Amino acid sequence: MVGENSSIVKTINLDFYYGAVKALHGISINITPGQATALIGPSGCGKSTFLRTLNRMNDIIDGTRVEGEVYIDNQDIYRGDIDVVALRRKVGMVFQKSNPFPKSIFENIAYGPRIHGFDKSSYNEIVERSLIRAGLWNEVKDRLDKNALDLSGGQQQRLCIARALAVDPRILLMDEPASALDPKSTARIEDLIAELRERYTIIIVTHNMQQAARVSDFTAFFYEGELVEFGATKQIFTKPIKKQTEDYITGRFG
Amino acid sequence: MPGRKLETSIHWVMRIVTYSMLAVIAYIIIDIAWHGLPTISWEFLTGFPRRSGAEGGILPAIAGTLLLVTGTIIVALPLGMASAIYLSEYARSGRFTYFIRLAIITLAGVPSIVFGLFGLGLFVLFLKMGASILAGSLTLACMILPTIIVSSEEALKAVPQALREGSLALGATKWETIRRNVLPYSVSGMLTGSILGIGRAAGETAPILLTVAAFYLPKLPRSIFDQVMALPYHLYVLATQMPNADEVRPMQYGTALVLIALVLGLNMFAIIFRNRVRKKYRW
Repeated sequence: MVGENSSIVKTINLDFYYGAVKALHGISINITPGQATALIGPSGCGKSTFLRTLNRMNDIIDGTRVEGEVYIDNQDIYRGDIDVVALRRKVGMVFQKSNPFPKSIFENIAYGPRIHGFDKSSYNEIVERSLIRAGLWNEVKDRLDKNALDLSGGQQQRLCIARALAVDPRILLMDEPASALDPKSTARIEDLIAELRERYTIIIVTHNMQQAARVSDFTAFFYEGELVEFGATKQIFTKPIKKQTEDYITGRFG
Repeated sequence: MPGRKLETSIHWVMRIVTYSMLAVIAYIIIDIAWHGLPTISWEFLTGFPRRSGAEGGILPAIAGTLLLVTGTIIVALPLGMASAIYLSEYARSGRFTYFIRLAIITLAGVPSIVFGLFGLGLFVLFLKMGASILAGSLTLACMILPTIIVSSEEALKAVPQALREGSLALGATKWETIRRNVLPYSVSGMLTGSILGIGRAAGETAPILLTVAAFYLPKLPRSIFDQVMALPYHLYVLATQMPNADEVRPMQYGTALVLIALVLGLNMFAIIFRNRVRKKYRW
């Protein structure tokens, strides 16, 4: 069992409600820093909802409610006095459908540094570093002033990853980041995740079992709002303990 | 095949209905232009009226309408845009918001003469503004507020939710998100819808009748507490209050042409503006 200090994301008995509908049932999980964790499960199992509780993105949906505890860096993020701005700076997010802002490539990356009041003289360096880490620099370095919407779908998603990296998060949440991309762009994103997991704690929701097996160290299987099984990816995919996990992985349902 | 024939005839019925509507508009504009253009002269546009408006120019009425439009914009635009931002971005959907929306729709349906009486009661008498540009602008602003709110809200709703989420996820606050990642893309749409509403205000007679418009005042106003002449009311006076209406026919047409040109000009500006901005943002 991992100790208190080696946990970066920890939930205890987390329940989540959309109005009267309970979407998460007592999720308790302990995610260690510097690892990539894949959340898998059939549609509607709550994996995306769970992901969005970790940076409080569900707050913006009317009528939602959280019970239980969520600790990021040993800090309960649902306590009254938490600074959501600081939380979201620490916990970056990449969405299923890439959402570049209709601004220049440069301004997309500089958006985070701007709102957090970073020193203006650092923007050039941050933009370059973020784009390099997202594997996009060589493709766009000569047209940083061009509109981000002119990039291809795969490039747009890597831009969104770069944008998230620009505020120096410790955790990166990825909600099916490659599900809307062609196989080649998907492969690039997966390579990128493999590089990023050296530096960031990554939690990725995916529908794609092979993807989970390829990019993650740990895998959590969700079913009907419950965390059925959580363990090393290798173990989950070769010797799952629960029958439900095995059925899902071998394609018997979902 | 009877189905085919029906298709063709429906197609033609629709087409004829549309064309006849165009024809009506064209007839009105051409008729006014035809009879009005001979009256238009430098003296007519920049001169002061004489003999109760039977002779001379219409400068005070043009100036009055422009001042009223400006005053209306200054009052209604910030209020309307702020309400739209509140409703679209901040208000939670619930019973209270529902009633606000209901009130706005109801407000849009209130006849303009009722706004006139309301303005008379509240601004002119109760708040002791007297018949003045201020009272008239406030009354017109109340009248077009619903239009501005509804069209501004639509412009805000047209901005994809994903852009808001993207900004919030980077740690932006709600207001930072609105200011940096919603308003820049929607402000032009908000303005366009608002200008169309303001064009309507420029042509209204009833709201200004009781709050600002002067029957005959051959001078320019000195302050916002002065009365002014206004194009729609001047037109009404020329058409109905003159001893010999036929004699002032050219003045009526000239005034109508100027009013129509003003309103169409405003609308045209709004539409061109919108088309230019639409090309800039696409998602």
